[in-house]
Amino acid sequence: MKFSFIRVLSILALGALLSGFPLPGRAQENYFVTYSHQMEEPGNLELATRTVSGFPNGANSFMGSVLELEYGVKAWWTSELYLDGQSTSGESTVFTGFRLENRFRPLMREHWINPVLYFEFENINGADKSMLEVVGHDGRADFLERNDRSQKKREAEFKLILSSNFKGWNVSENIIAEKNLKAEPWEFGYALGVSRPLSLVASPNPCRLCRENFLVGAELYGGLGDRYSFGLHDTSHYLAPIASLRIPNGPAFKISPGFGLNSNSHGFLLRFGVSYEIDQIMSKLRRK
Amino acid sequence: MFRKQILLVVIALISVPFLLAAAGDGAWVSKVPQKDRQKQSPFDSDPRAIAAGAKLFRQNCASCHGDEAAGKDKRPNLHSERIRSATPGELQWLLTNGSLKNGMPSWSRLPEPQRWQIVAFLKSLQ
Repeated sequence: MKFSFIRVLSILALGALLSGFPLPGRAQENYFVTYSHQMEEPGNLELATRTVSGFPNGANSFMGSVLELEYGVKAWWTSELYLDGQSTSGESTVFTGFRLENRFRPLMREHWINPVLYFEFENINGADKSMLEVVGHDGRADFLERNDRSQKKREAEFKLILSSNFKGWNVSENIIAEKNLKAEPWEFGYALGVSRPLSLVASPNPCRLCRENFLVGAELYGGLGDRYSFGLHDTSHYLAPIASLRIPNGPAFKISPGFGLNSNSHGFLLRFGVSYEIDQIMSKLRRK
Repeated sequence: MFRKQILLVVIALISVPFLLAAAGDGAWVSKVPQKDRQKQSPFDSDPRAIAAGAKLFRQNCASCHGDEAAGKDKRPNLHSERIRSATPGELQWLLTNGSLKNGMPSWSRLPEPQRWQIVAFLKSLQ
């Protein structure tokens, strides 16, 4: 029986939703690629899936997926594990590796611009199509080859996250530096995001589809070349509107159609995600 | 000389838990800038704002502070003298900045009017 990563992800996510944690849950990340300075609340575990579908010209369409486990270690420290996989039509469905990520807030108060330091270790292979970020000369051409898991990529990734909340708007800027731990040059990228809830004031009555639960925004992200050829030459860039719905005491749903801005980019990417937060998971496990 | 250094280290180690306890015991109030302390709530004691604040409290705060805001798992009881005597501006400042070292996250991701609604609810508890 063929291993279906997407199916396993779906089952895990559904299992998490139904696994007997009846207390309120909510999810909070505004974007798919860009990070804001919002950290996971200490003791909470967020389970999320993020999927990107692409339809490259001259290659098979694909669906890259990650299962994300995000835990709030401290109010200023969030840790995450990602399990990556992908399915390419007419080829195969494969597990492509894992990522470990840590984010730290060095400043303990809210400022106009709030920095967060991000460190990630990736152990993925050449078939990975999750597109959690775009760096270096990443582009459509990388997706023209058939799935090949023989190329191992052990990479370290650093991000400087800058983020501001102002009058209901969130504006976030990420500067990305990534290094394959083998002798390959540093690669760079960027991500920018802006978002706002549809209503800044909460209604007094319980509601699921009221305006305060919807958030809209946009992301702009792409590569900036590498150490030897820094700049926009031979890089890919995307502009992606985003909409999300957070159901109070329930899951959150996000969707984002992305449009390639140059010939190196995929023409169209469709991202969607579901997330659910389990409050104070360690306390609950202790009580059980 | 060496004994003196050891004594200083011991004193420092002994005082750490007390300093941390002091920090977790409402020391944030003294850090609130004067201009924030004096901010007035746009909702005051508007019953609709209190109801919305109660809803937001259940969604965002109850997992740590309990459904009745009475505290939970060593997290503070909000029916306390400290909250009673805090000005709306001070509570708004705490929600915005959190007290990250003591485990209270920043709620700046909630729009400012929603934070004021939570403050209206907290003040209604008294």
